[in-house]
Amino acid sequence: MLVIDNLTAEVDGKPILKGLTLTVNAGEVHAIMGPNGAGKSTLSYVLAGRDGYEVTGGSVTFRGEDLLAKAPHERAAAGLFLGLQYPVEIPGVSNLLFLRTALNAQRTLRGEPEVSGAEFMKLARAAAETLGLPFDMMKRAVNQGFSGGEKKRNEMVQMHVLQPYFAVLDETDSGLDIDALKVVADGINALRSPDHAALLITHYQRLLDYVVPDRVHVLMDGRIVRSGGAELAHVLEAEGYSAIAA
Amino acid sequence: MTAALPTRRDEAWRYSDLKAVARHWPVVVEPVVVPAGEHRTDIIRASEDGIRHLAISIGAGASYRLTILDAGRSYGRIALDVTCHEGADFQLGAVLVGHGAQTIELATTVRHVAPHATSRQIVRAVAGGTATTSYLGQVAVAREGQKTDASQSFKALLLNRGAAANAKPELEIFADDVKCAHGAAIGEIDRAALFYMASRGVPPAQARALMTRAFLSDALEGLDDASIEALDAEISAILERAA
Repeated sequence: MLVIDNLTAEVDGKPILKGLTLTVNAGEVHAIMGPNGAGKSTLSYVLAGRDGYEVTGGSVTFRGEDLLAKAPHERAAAGLFLGLQYPVEIPGVSNLLFLRTALNAQRTLRGEPEVSGAEFMKLARAAAETLGLPFDMMKRAVNQGFSGGEKKRNEMVQMHVLQPYFAVLDETDSGLDIDALKVVADGINALRSPDHAALLITHYQRLLDYVVPDRVHVLMDGRIVRSGGAELAHVLEAEGYSAIAA
Repeated sequence: MTAALPTRRDEAWRYSDLKAVARHWPVVVEPVVVPAGEHRTDIIRASEDGIRHLAISIGAGASYRLTILDAGRSYGRIALDVTCHEGADFQLGAVLVGHGAQTIELATTVRHVAPHATSRQIVRAVAGGTATTSYLGQVAVAREGQKTDASQSFKALLLNRGAAANAKPELEIFADDVKCAHGAAIGEIDRAALFYMASRGVPPAQARALMTRAFLSDALEGLDDASIEALDAEISAILERAA
């Protein structure tokens, strides 16, 4: 599904990723954990193609194609989804309009017909209900006046409607109370299938109690320094990152 | 009006395109009268070069809703001289769109000459290329204009370097029990929002258009759904043509 090979990247001329190698197969959920400044968010932005995150070496292959050669919106249409740590507010653009525009833009780029208004409403209603987001909030401007937890639920609603092959979720668990965390975890689990895969980027092992990953990787100073099964998250929680680094 | 051709020294014409002004001089003042107690709604679509000067009188207890869509002309200026009588209500929503080397100006004077009148102006401008959009908004409250409630809000979006927006809010208040609010902001399209939209699959041009339209839509607030839909479609077409 996703093959990252010896990836190096810099921000403002400062090297952040220093030879990151990682393979996620279809059907798998991987977690990346690491201390502040390790490059976790940089990895997610590099994958999504954000301006200012400069790839200086290595490659990323997504479903057999060169991901880095694509523009950000083309990556989305190819089936990549980035759940943002800090979802952005878009004044004046309703959630429904935003999501429908996104879905149809992706479908157009893939050569598929657009979904009708009625079909879309059905998808949006179902997703909002699954993720416990009141449907009224779908009519409001994107993320405007949403609490931290509501923003994260909204990210999950978008993911459910867009049905990506691969989701990179950057600290989707941060700022969530325990009930919201469970809802979000259920949302992620609902998308687990042999055709889908996900990369969870997180500080804490808490989310991983609800979404049990196939693999856990420790990212420090721009490289994966250790990989293991789900139990690695518990080792980290008990011993801290410095013990791993030693 | 037989006034002399304005010069750069005239405050109200400081940001104008004076060569173009000369071609359209002198300007005929068009009277608009809303009789006491009546309600009137107008939509002005300005798409051909020129200057319009409306002298609007809103009678006691009357209300007037004016919507302006000023786009697609190389030089355009609309001047409104509005007089609000006792308890009158004036609502202005204006959309100014400038592309290429266009100069689009809106100059308003709203006079509250009697008590209890209200006025609300919402002006949204977008400028691309080397276009200039300007809003000069004066609110004048006479000594008799107690309990006036006036507001003006101007926001401009610059689509690229080289585009310009000028804002000149001006309050002149001689009464002591009034509410007069004004705000002006000039900015660019939010890059974080552009990335967010791209990360969901929306191509950059479409994302810009969507955000620009949303930005302008404040000025259409309060209109009936059919008018909003029609104006929204016209604005979309204008933005698409310019993209």
